[in-house]
Amino acid sequence: MDIKSKAIDAEGFSRIISRISHEILEKNKGTKDLVLIGMRTRGEFLAQRIQRKIKEIENIEIPLSVLDVTLYRDDFRTRMKQPEVSVSNITTDITEKNIILIDDVLYTGRTVRSALNAIMDFGRPSAIQFVVLVDRGHKELPVKADYVGKNIPTSTNEEIKVKMTEVDGEDAIYLVELK
Amino acid sequence: MPLSSRHLLGLNGVPKEDIQLILDTTKTFREVLERPIKKVPTLQGKTIVNLFFENSTRTRISFELAEKRLSADAINFSASTSSVSKGETFKDTIKNIEAMKVDMVVARHAAAGTPLFLTKICDANIINAGDGIHEHPTQGLLDLYSIREKLGRLEGLKVCIVGDIAHSRVALSNIYGLKTMGAKVSVCGPSTMIPRNMKELGVDVIHNIDEAIQENDVLNVLRIQLERKAREYFPSIREYAKYFGITEERLEKNGKDVVIMHPGPINRGVELSSGVADGLQQIILKQVTNGVAVRMAILYLLGTMN
Repeated sequence: MDIKSKAIDAEGFSRIISRISHEILEKNKGTKDLVLIGMRTRGEFLAQRIQRKIKEIENIEIPLSVLDVTLYRDDFRTRMKQPEVSVSNITTDITEKNIILIDDVLYTGRTVRSALNAIMDFGRPSAIQFVVLVDRGHKELPVKADYVGKNIPTSTNEEIKVKMTEVDGEDAIYLVELK
Repeated sequence: MPLSSRHLLGLNGVPKEDIQLILDTTKTFREVLERPIKKVPTLQGKTIVNLFFENSTRTRISFELAEKRLSADAINFSASTSSVSKGETFKDTIKNIEAMKVDMVVARHAAAGTPLFLTKICDANIINAGDGIHEHPTQGLLDLYSIREKLGRLEGLKVCIVGDIAHSRVALSNIYGLKTMGAKVSVCGPSTMIPRNMKELGVDVIHNIDEAIQENDVLNVLRIQLERKAREYFPSIREYAKYFGITEERLEKNGKDVVIMHPGPINRGVELSSGVADGLQQIILKQVTNGVAVRMAILYLLGTMN
């Protein structure tokens, strides 16, 4: 795997979080009925950052939950490697709430499809909005993000690597080439 | 990292990493069981046959629930209502079921080794749901999970299995699983019910129940199997209850916060007094809930293996 370029550095990263947090507040006219759901692993940390940012702006802490979508995936039969499952932690009742679903990269759209199914098993939210840090193109399903950090057009033999200090020691987004 | 075998026949020889993986995966399914909708689409399109040649309520319902909650198609087979009663051989029955394209078979049979035989005559993943007096691995795993959930670990814990060890597949699966995970295992019961090979398995034998209570963190109390001629091994049920039955007075006298487990069904007033069976130290119904989650984990890990 070769790093082709650094698409976003730490400063850019924090500006994106800041902008998206403002956009969420603008579109929803405040924080009423909002629930953040981060998708494991990096979506969880992105959700925490957005939660902190919104607290800074509005001085209100939006409830945050974590979703693991492994059990809802559609690629069990085609993947060589068995996916490792971990625990979802949905701590608030999501019925009649406005869900802000957060993930790092939007690629084929299959992960967000599984997330939508998973969320419905926990209740019936009044709406779900989708935040993604990077939209890299090549969707295979009709899904679209409501908030996009950055559009980075890629080819299929490239990959987007999102790094976050919580797990990787730095905040950055890299474009890498698969060999 | 997948499991190292595509069948679950017993816990003898199953590596520590596999047991660890099953217990960790169980935690995920424990969470699923707390949701308003306790069903996930993971095994959609998989067909699982529950092949029960011996009576069972708990284990069969537990497997069936686990299968349904993973969205698999579950078929139940019980010997008494099948062509086996018309004289069809076991092998023919299995071959016919296999020809209907099933992916997994959950088998219970009074003859030890039946699941192993199944792996040789059919292609499906085989899960042992109890074979004679050999093993009952899913019960063993749910016991391990329940202990870990209650006490936070298995390594270094002292666990005593009480009752008819010689005729218990639950005891044997517990011994193998617990030893692999680093627990210290002992058994307690009338000497007629303790097999001779305990030393070879690295298991201590205790004949005094008070001593067993004092020296252990967990007592896994087995059912006295009255239907399996258990009474030939001790003079009377009353005598068994007097010497090995666990009562509130006995727990209080020994003043120990020992965890009480039981695989069910309980003979109240024999191996456990009613007070203990419903008391604060027991985790018996937790074991039942965990049983569904453990079976979901095993079905998931075997069913998604390529």
